[in-house]
Amino acid sequence: MDQTPINLLEIKDLKKTFSLTGGLFSRRLTLTALENINFNIRQGETLGIVGESGCGKSTLGRCILQLLAPDEGQVLWLGQDLTRLPAEEMRQRRADLQIIFQDPLASLNPRMTVGEIIADPLRTLRPELNKDERRARVLKTMEAVGLLPEMINRYPHEFSGGQAQRIGIARALITEPKLIVCDEPVSALDVSIQAQILNLLAELKDEFGLTLIFISHNLSVVRHVSDRILVLYLGRIVELATGDEIYEQPRHPYTRALLTAVPIPDPKLARQRNIDALKGEIPSPINPPSGCTFRTRCRFAKPFCAETRPPLETIEDGRLVACHRWREIEVPEEAVLGE
Amino acid sequence: MKEVLKVEDMSVTFELHQSEVHAVRDMNFSLAEGETLAVVGESGSGKSQAFLAIMGLLAKNGRAGGRAMMGDINLIGMPAGQLDKHRGKDIAMIFQDPMTSLNPTLKVRTQLAEVLVKHRDFDKQKATAAAIEMLERVGIPEPVKRANAYPHELSGGMRQRVMIAMALLCQPKILIADEPTTALDVTVQAQMLDLFKTLTEDFGTSLVLITHDLGVVAGVADRMMVMYGGRAVEKGTVDDLFYDPRHPYTLGLLHSTPHIAHRAARLDPIQGLPPSLEHLPKGCSFNPRCAFAFDRCLVERPPLTETGNGREKACFYEGPMAYGKVA
Repeated sequence: MDQTPINLLEIKDLKKTFSLTGGLFSRRLTLTALENINFNIRQGETLGIVGESGCGKSTLGRCILQLLAPDEGQVLWLGQDLTRLPAEEMRQRRADLQIIFQDPLASLNPRMTVGEIIADPLRTLRPELNKDERRARVLKTMEAVGLLPEMINRYPHEFSGGQAQRIGIARALITEPKLIVCDEPVSALDVSIQAQILNLLAELKDEFGLTLIFISHNLSVVRHVSDRILVLYLGRIVELATGDEIYEQPRHPYTRALLTAVPIPDPKLARQRNIDALKGEIPSPINPPSGCTFRTRCRFAKPFCAETRPPLETIEDGRLVACHRWREIEVPEEAVLGE
Repeated sequence: MKEVLKVEDMSVTFELHQSEVHAVRDMNFSLAEGETLAVVGESGSGKSQAFLAIMGLLAKNGRAGGRAMMGDINLIGMPAGQLDKHRGKDIAMIFQDPMTSLNPTLKVRTQLAEVLVKHRDFDKQKATAAAIEMLERVGIPEPVKRANAYPHELSGGMRQRVMIAMALLCQPKILIADEPTTALDVTVQAQMLDLFKTLTEDFGTSLVLITHDLGVVAGVADRMMVMYGGRAVEKGTVDDLFYDPRHPYTLGLLHSTPHIAHRAARLDPIQGLPPSLEHLPKGCSFNPRCAFAFDRCLVERPPLTETGNGREKACFYEGPMAYGKVA
């Protein structure tokens, strides 16, 4: 048996709300973006976070990094609660926790050269380095992500989307972080470039012993890169399991529906498939359904699902699932093909 | 099978300040009744421009050549006034972002009814009734309520359905869908692809699906055409191209696509970047990224050639393309 892995991060009872003001005379509304979020991230793993638009996946990434302040709950980094850390200490900690964004060009300052962009985090986080040391580190990082040294004085607009994403990755890597949150890092890229960046992230993870949080709406991509996958629906965890478990034995009806809806690049399998079409659309997070928030679209829902919220239960091997009926529902033999 | 569209030697050229860019060259294909043809390629492959040209929707500096025959009518170079008699009625196109195609200041029913009033001389009342019926057919719940909504009041999936309903009102023979599901969530995408299948099966509509997503292609298309650098590089049935790709680019695309069912340790992507259309490589446009390129590929451009069973490819390489070779 493996040794019990160290939990790099423990997320406890995290909650995040946004208050919305409509017009001058309308009442204030509260949007609950995340609620009852509890899970751990193990050192050296890649944790995928999937869900559809508005499920709170990006908000969760930002709450972990303290780019957004959660309303309640704890984000424990090796036991230390980041939500209570004084600003200056958090700033120091940021060298360990970095982020890569979806739109590579929009996230790079157009007036800075590639070298300046990549070196930027060092100025605040490693002020002890002198100019030559900074430059040496920039060049080393550029090499690691597949950028040529002569690109150091160029500007972002001279680069394609894939190259720009490499610059974004280099900027995240330069502080030698332990954890990187990748927020839809390949969604804006062409297929062939997407694969290059996914491979690069996997190589960097091995080389530098990184822990990755990989946020995406694309379940195929997430399964490809992740050890474990967290499925969110309307701001709540519905399931957390290994990629294989999610693929072979999805327990939550929403995970099952997602799995049958993912396009498969295989015509014969695609034709055999019965898509578990969900009824309707995602309800508004301002006024979520009572009880289980998924019940309005769930074909297994019973009247009692409207009454109480299903707890996030730990089932075998540390899997988590939040469904009143998971024990009763049979999973089809090939979950990806539906039934 | 009856042929509804035949495109011959079509090209699309854009005038820039001092130069010309050839976005599409030597395009030839035909589309049969009730068939779904997927047009696959990455940014800049020319896949969208080719169909904008057929619809007469090129930007002002764009110019199309060749023929796109719908029966004995050539759509290429047809004056806008004449083209309007066919657009919407015989051939319709929908886009990735429905919000840019819908008028934000008009209610859904007004926009839909207008199509029938214009093309089929319906009176307004009859047109509205038909519009609401169509909204129901494309799976919009509470169609009367939605018909009275403005586009911004609908979700993305709902707007895309409204676009499809609008495109189908006149029961066009040909529907061109340009990345119709790219902006949608997967569960909504699945509903939409299912709708496309129903359309081709029940209405006999011929569908052109322009996409970069091979997963989407596998689910709905009958045949596919792979484009690279403005040209078709491989054509054939979906099964032939997925299970036995003959062009290294098709193979590379397949191996770049993550597959939920088989998790590989590493993807085997195509190296390098797609070419700029202004500076296409000499010889075969794909040669700088091709693991199988040899001397001839660097100097001579491979023409699209039939290879039997209705397949075509533009590649000189005839040897095996064992996987893992694409290094």
